Order: sequence, then C-alpha cells, then structure tokens
Amino acid sequence: MTMIFGIPLQAFLGQLLIGLINGSFYALLSLGLAIIFGLLRVINFAHGAQYMLGAFIAWLLLSYLGIGYWPALILAPLLVGLIGAAIERTMLRQLYSLDPLYGLLFTFGLALTVEGTFRYLYGASGQPYATPALLAGGANLGFMFLPIYRGWVIVFSLIVCLGTWLVIEKTKLGSYLRAATENPVLVQSFGINVPFLLTLTYGLGAALAALAGVLAAPIYQVSPLMGSNIIIVVFAVVVVGGMGSIMGAIVTGYLLGVAEGLTKVFYPEASNIVIFVIMAIVLLLRPAGLFGRDA
Amino acid sequence: MKPLLKVAGLNAWYGESHVLHGVDMTVGEGEMVTLLGRNGVGKTTTLRAIMGIVRERKGEISFAGEDLMRVPLHRVARRGLGYVPEERGIFSTLSVYENLVLPPALAKGGMTIDEIFELFPNLHERRNSTGTKLSGGEQQMLAIARILRTGVRMMLLDEPTEGLAPVIVQRIGEVLKKLKERGMTVLLVEQNFRFASKVADRFYLMDHGRVAGEFPVSELSGRMEMLHDVLGV
Repeated sequence: MTMIFGIPLQAFLGQLLIGLINGSFYALLSLGLAIIFGLLRVINFAHGAQYMLGAFIAWLLLSYLGIGYWPALILAPLLVGLIGAAIERTMLRQLYSLDPLYGLLFTFGLALTVEGTFRYLYGASGQPYATPALLAGGANLGFMFLPIYRGWVIVFSLIVCLGTWLVIEKTKLGSYLRAATENPVLVQSFGINVPFLLTLTYGLGAALAALAGVLAAPIYQVSPLMGSNIIIVVFAVVVVGGMGSIMGAIVTGYLLGVAEGLTKVFYPEASNIVIFVIMAIVLLLRPAGLFGRDA
Repeated sequence: MKPLLKVAGLNAWYGESHVLHGVDMTVGEGEMVTLLGRNGVGKTTTLRAIMGIVRERKGEISFAGEDLMRVPLHRVARRGLGYVPEERGIFSTLSVYENLVLPPALAKGGMTIDEIFELFPNLHERRNSTGTKLSGGEQQMLAIARILRTGVRMMLLDEPTEGLAPVIVQRIGEVLKKLKERGMTVLLVEQNFRFASKVADRFYLMDHGRVAGEFPVSELSGRMEMLHDVLGV
C-alpha cells in the first residue's frame, strides 16, 4: 500500500477531500459574513440560521411541493435573500447609529428565534435530503472513491466564491461596494443610493448562506441546529482570515477545512479544536488576521 | 446675476453642539465665492449642511429654485451639486481610474474622460495605481476631477490648497479658472486668501457660525488689515 508521511494514501486523500468539502462551506459562509461586516459593520450572528433556513426551505419544497434540488438551489437563496433584505430594511437599519454591539445582539436574538421556531416545529433530529439523481453515485479515481455530489460541492462553491470575488473586485457595482465600505457618506454624496446598497448587501450575504445550506442538505442532515454547529467554526475562520477581507475569507475557509481534515489523519483527537488553536495563535501573533489590514 | 444657491437662516448641529447660528448667503450662477474665517467658525459645516451630509439643520437652502431641505443625500447630486471634502476622500481600495469614474454621470454637460485627462495629465499617467498612492496634490486633482464628470453645476470645495506646495496651489488655481470659464459655480472654503483672491469674485467672512461680512474681490486690498486681524494670519 502506498504510504505518505507514514499514513496510507487512501486515508490521507480521503480526509483531504472531507477537508475540502468542509472548507467549501466555511468559505461560502465566511465570505458572506465578511461582505456584510465590511459594509454594514454588523457581525451577522444570524448567518448560521440563514444557512439552516436555506437547507430547510429546500427540504420543505421537496417534501410539501415536490420541488427538487435544482430549483431549490435558486429558490431558497432568493427567498432567504428577500427575507434578509426585509429584515435589514425594517429592523437592522435602526441600529446603525448605535454601538456595533446592538447589531450583534439583534442578529443573535434573530438566530435564536428562528432556530427555536424550527426546533419547535420539526424537532431537533435531522431530516434526510436525497442526493439529486444527476449527481448520485461516485467515481473511482483509482486511488480513492469520490462521491460525485461531493465533487460538485467543491467545484460549485469554488465557482460561487470566485464569482463573488470577481463581482466585488472587477465590476462597477463592486467599486460602489468597496468605496462605500471606506466612506459611505461621501459615496452617497456622489448620488449613489447607499441605503439601498446596504439592503442589497445584507440580502446577498443571507442568500450566500442559504445557498451553502442547500448545498449542505444532501451531505449533512437538515436540522434546526445545523447552523449553530457550523457558525462558531465559521467565526473562527473569519477571525483567522481577517474581518472584511473578501479573498482572505475564501482562502482561509478552504485552508482551515483542509487543516481540520488532515488533523483527523495525523492526530484525530485534536481535529475538533485545531481551528480554534490556529485562531488563538493568529490572534496572538497577528491580531488583524492573516489577510486583514491593521486598523 | 441669477442666484443659483440661496441659503437663509441656516442652523446646524453636531449632536449637542450648535455650530451654525443662522447663515445667510447667495451664490450666483457662474460665480466663484469664497468663505473666509478662522478654524472652527463653521465653514466646513456650512458646506456639509448645504450638501445634506449634516442632517441636523434648520433654515432654508434652495438650489436652482428648488428646496433642498427635504432631499435625501443621494438625490442632491442629481440636482447638480458636487462636494469635494477637505480630506479629499480618495478610496484606497480603488484604482485612480475607478476613483475617477465612481460618481455616476447624472446630468448632461459633464466633462468626458478625455477632457479630464487633458486637464490633469498626471492622472492619466497614474490611472492604474492605487488612489491613495498619489501625492497630496494629485489626490486633490483627482477629488476635483471625479466631480467634473458628473455634470454638476456647482462645486462645494473645502480647502483645496491645504498642505500643498506653492507650485501645486498655482496649478489648482489654473484649474479653477478654467472651470470658471466653462461656467462652473464654486463655493470655496479657503484659509489661503492670497490664493482665493486670484480666483474668487466675492467673499463671505464667517465668525461664530454666522456670516459676519461680505465684499467683492475689488475691495479685498482695502480690507487686508481687518482680515489679518480677524483671521489671525
């Protein structure tokens, strides 16, 4: 059997793959958090709930309306995005003039409310969501067996992350977002509707979380607590990458996913805490994060 | 001259602090008017209140016959007003070119990119560098240039010469003269009244959040002594 660093190659590549899949979710979620924080200066604690909501809407669409995975991949983010925009417009907006802590507390309360409601309605146990037929089965890569759906998650999330990055770095809308992140008042004085830009950004961030939720539904079970399980890790990712850095959030998401996967191979006992150990080290040595600019 | 901007009884607050106590002024179409005054008398606040950045305000502001008091900030530019802040506000995450084309062109009669690059050749050379890598003078040029694209009729210009070398100050003076030839109306806040005397038609002297005096450029030399006294320069 081929060995690498004293570990069977299959085990190594298998965990690398799992790491990349987890990393895909970390990247998608921390990307949304970073965009929202950059422009709104709100630490969106509802991000996990929005992720859960995406998965649940996909499950509800399938269970009650017979609407499958592919339409859900569009409908769920759209719906959660609209809910997010409405929440920004009617509630979150009132808090911008106050201490940032209020935004954090509000979104935290929102997350608890949404999660509690779904727990009450559907219980704490997970609901299975079938892999779409088109992506069922697997491919034998010779050195390992790759479930096609997992390959799809990695490729698709990478496309979404890079697409979002391109929109922000290379388009006119992106230049508005970047400029408004630096100086919203001046951008508004140029005739750009910054309040609308804030609504759009929060909606987009929420939609990204919901998209990750739909992607996650066939891999993890759909449960009311799936968001709060992952969001703590995602916050660690954002801290390591540096708040407000878009590329930093993406790269750190994948890196930490892989680091977590590989730790499972070499020292399984530490795999649950490795991300937090890295976070602690980064906070000590480079408080602004790996990609963050010093404030 | 037809008044383009009319301000009457303008009061403004920053939170608890009452900064403007009834400012009255008019600026005619195509006129270049300078606000003089010591630090802290409310010159910048006057510009920011006219633009609608300072929202805690009372009184009258009308532009081209239209009431601006109820217009939200992002709709003011559409009426034809542009604001160039003292700190210039060049965006560090945008290239020079991106900074230049950031404000949308909202009205006809704005300068084209080619005309702007002709007026500011430096910006053309450095169009791909990061906005904040420019020198102070170039940043000031960029801050003025990006307003010119939008078709504004009137510029609110806050201390454009602050901290700049004499040769750059002279260059900015030339730019303002060219803009005046094109019919641009300008309300300028300036400490450097030697510079202001070369470009302005008329002066308002501000003190304690009010207009304390007004005179045309022709009376400037006769008032030098008084101005030195009042401005402490």
